[in-house]
Amino acid sequence: MLRQNWWKILCVVLLIYTFVAGFLGPVPARPILNETIRNYYFHIAMWFSMMIFFIISLVYSIKYLRGNDHIFDIYALEYAKIGIVFGVLGLATGSAWAGFTWGAFWSNDPKQLGAVVALLIYLAYLVLRNSMTDVDKRARIGAVYNIFAFAMLFPTIWIIPRMVESLHPGGSGNPAINADGHIAMVFWPGALPGWTLLGVWITTLRIRLQLLSEQRLH
Amino acid sequence: MRGSTRHIWTLFKKDLLLEVRQQYTFYGVLLYVASTIFVLYLSMGEPEGVVWKGLFWMIQLFICVNAVAKSFLQEGRGRLLYFYSIAGARDFILSKLLFNALLMLLMSLVSLFLFMLMLGNPLSHPLSFVLLSCLGGVSLSLVFTFLAAIAARAQQSAALMAILGFPLIIPQLLLLNKASTIAFEDVLQGGLSSMIALIAALDLMIIALAVVLFPFLWKD
Repeated sequence: MLRQNWWKILCVVLLIYTFVAGFLGPVPARPILNETIRNYYFHIAMWFSMMIFFIISLVYSIKYLRGNDHIFDIYALEYAKIGIVFGVLGLATGSAWAGFTWGAFWSNDPKQLGAVVALLIYLAYLVLRNSMTDVDKRARIGAVYNIFAFAMLFPTIWIIPRMVESLHPGGSGNPAINADGHIAMVFWPGALPGWTLLGVWITTLRIRLQLLSEQRLH
Repeated sequence: MRGSTRHIWTLFKKDLLLEVRQQYTFYGVLLYVASTIFVLYLSMGEPEGVVWKGLFWMIQLFICVNAVAKSFLQEGRGRLLYFYSIAGARDFILSKLLFNALLMLLMSLVSLFLFMLMLGNPLSHPLSFVLLSCLGGVSLSLVFTFLAAIAARAQQSAALMAILGFPLIIPQLLLLNKASTIAFEDVLQGGLSSMIALIAALDLMIIALAVVLFPFLWKD
């Protein structure tokens, strides 16, 4: 399926729809947020797809441990990398959003902290992999760390922000964004699958590049 | 099941005996704890509650890295293979988790005592803080034991363990730090029981993950 072209065309169409409908479409007028609410299509979609990529990476790590197929290791690595890229983008878009709504680009919000911790952990995954030269060992230990890190991190990321106060919508003092009407119509069918497909596209290209460079070595 | 318990117990006893005879980790870490806290005392005197609490958990973190690092790095390659063949990987990791948890329990109590001695005592509920620091010490030791196993397999020094562990431990440290606010205030705060339950649940999850993942780490 991934060698076909239709989903790449779909990705471009969805992203064009996101940009056009996102910037020109109507949005509800909310206090504090005002027009910055359009960032919803970018910031939240980035986070969502980051989570999706980290989950895909986890699944491939488990698959690697079950089957010891070298290709699953490349998949896990590349999906973790694209997850990091989307995480950085999500942090950047979120920080810009916070700068114009909360008054500061950085305010030690629990969700901001959780995001940074997640990125640090996945950067540590890359460091761990680079510390070994043996391919099999690198793949196996990397997979073990990937699973352990995911299981350690994400429950806390999903639970802690709910236990402490957060500036994020729904928390104290900020109006909640209910994704309904036009916002939902752009976000769910447009922005989220569009950005996710873009990430998958980038990753498949990188995986193919990786496989080709390995073929040349043999 | 009974055989496995016996294996774990034997491996645990071996670690304990080695420790009693060599007395290297215990006194080594003790010296480390005492000198670190002494330096803190010299530079800060008697800090107020928030600083005290933050320093305590940071020092716990560093103590844990130092105490646990040795557990896998001390075993040579041949010896590991020997343990693996006679006892199996699961019993081996469980015995290590148990030993390190006990070691950290002891170290937490010692460092808490030294903290109170040198940096003053801002606690208004000492007993609950003692229990929390025991829980915290055990939680830290579980995470770092598994990371020490990873670092040892990657044939790297304890430095790699610290690199891997510090980002991973942040959520737990934040939880512990927040939960231990209770010991500094007279007012009972809400959400404490759910935080402690969360920490305990995380500990159980780490043990389960270690048991499931360690055999994969061990295959060569």
